[in-house]
Amino acid sequence: MTTAISVQDLTKVYGERSALSHASFDVPLGAVCGFVGPNGSGKTTTIRMLLGLITPTGGTGTVLGESISHPEKYLPNVGAMIEGPAFYPALSGAENLRVLASLGGFPQERVEILLEKVGLEDRGQSKFKTYSLGMKQRLGIAAALLPQPRLLVLDEPTNGLDPSGIQEVRNLIKELAADGTSIFVSSHLLSELEMIAEHLVMLREGKVLFAGRTQDLLQAQSAILLAKPEFAVDLNKFASVLQNSGFKVTVENGVVNIVADADSAAKVNRMAFESGITLSSLVATQPTLEETFFEMTGE
Amino acid sequence: MLNVTRAELRKLRRPTLLYSTILVVMLLTGLFTTIIFLRIGTAHGPNRRGDMIDASILSQPQGLVYGFKIVAFFLGITALCVFASQTAQEYTLGTLRNLLVRQPARMKILAGKYLSMTIFAIVLVLADALVAIGVSYALAGHAKVSTSAWITSAALVLFGKTFVNVLLATMAYGTLGMILGLLFRSPISAIATGVIWSLILENILSAVVSSTSKWLPGQNFSNIAQGGAPEVSYHWSLILSLIYLIGAFAIVAILFKRRDVAN
Repeated sequence: MTTAISVQDLTKVYGERSALSHASFDVPLGAVCGFVGPNGSGKTTTIRMLLGLITPTGGTGTVLGESISHPEKYLPNVGAMIEGPAFYPALSGAENLRVLASLGGFPQERVEILLEKVGLEDRGQSKFKTYSLGMKQRLGIAAALLPQPRLLVLDEPTNGLDPSGIQEVRNLIKELAADGTSIFVSSHLLSELEMIAEHLVMLREGKVLFAGRTQDLLQAQSAILLAKPEFAVDLNKFASVLQNSGFKVTVENGVVNIVADADSAAKVNRMAFESGITLSSLVATQPTLEETFFEMTGE
Repeated sequence: MLNVTRAELRKLRRPTLLYSTILVVMLLTGLFTTIIFLRIGTAHGPNRRGDMIDASILSQPQGLVYGFKIVAFFLGITALCVFASQTAQEYTLGTLRNLLVRQPARMKILAGKYLSMTIFAIVLVLADALVAIGVSYALAGHAKVSTSAWITSAALVLFGKTFVNVLLATMAYGTLGMILGLLFRSPISAIATGVIWSLILENILSAVVSSTSKWLPGQNFSNIAQGGAPEVSYHWSLILSLIYLIGAFAIVAILFKRRDVAN
């Protein structure tokens, strides 16, 4: 078994509407895989099918080597937080975890360990209904970690967390990944995913746009040179000069964005000099995941 | 399945649910038993059919369980509400997905839930029995009711039978609540439907067309608790209730097993 998740032609249709259409992708074992797509693109539907909560209309798949039509075979090794944390409001955080620990047959001692791990050791005895959104999210992550999972499926785990909470989740994911846990995480915080996810599955309108290594996706995108003339009056003149030489350019926020790799920097600089324009900065950049996402999804 | 039961009992034993429900049951039982003993020999009597109960009736072995079984209907309604809310709230809170990820065998979830709620119902019936017997003994002297027949073997057998019958009736109402909870997936809708049907519609129907009462589920559940009535036998009520409940439960169990959990 080399994949934590593998799906082929996975499809879910609700009446006339197709929530997921012939999705095929693999998530390698031990990898952190980001799962991205605009709202309504089919991410949660996919996750629910992987967890046996909804039945696919078509297609096949495996999780940890077992068919998704037999979730009972792999779910004991899977931790999941789906579409936000859902718990019993009248029970404390600790008691909510104990309910799930009893249900899964996990040792009750894990509850205190996990509350400490997600920073809720002081509020474990407070009722869930008194928790802030961030605390609820942390409890959801603790619940997902109850089985000491080989695969962790997280749907928007940083929703509602403050910057330090987001950083803690990022570190937690890195820590778990270092221990060999496969992690499939959906998030709208693409900058976060770029930092932690070596693999990526991108959806749009129920179809897979990209599935593979994050690095491959980013490298496949054209590099950008950011050239800033010393004087703002030279912006449009410089853009024209570059366009006339065959470069694809846009002007944004006092900077000329040139679709070109770092090797073209000398040529661009020379053209500026020959046109009597002084550049105050010239920087070569690669598009971020967020920029790539917007370009690919047309959002 | 036992893991599910253990998990469910953790939810059911929370003080606000367990103690408040037991308190309500004890208060109701205490109230009704007190009324029976304080109104002995009055013209209309406490019996719902208007029969007069006097000290000689209560001095017999059935005097021990009179208060106990008269509250069976309210026990049933309580069970209906608890079973319905405990089942339907999994949908409204979104916690069903957590349960199914930890226990994907959906029939085990249902069976475990049902077992835990059966234990809860046993606790309620025990509380009912204890209060009814306690109040009966406490008021027997005041009402000039002899208690010597209450400690005979016949009284103990009768107590055992009544306990089982009240428990069966309570479980029947509870099962109805669970069925409605699975069907409506909303505690408010399930409880409202169950209570309005049992408290109002069945009574109107049986009052308007008396022949319907032997076919109405709630009337039959209550008849089980009373150990049968001259108009409808105990066995008729037991068998018909089983047919209704098993049939309805099978339908909602299939729905529960097959339905996508999309919330």
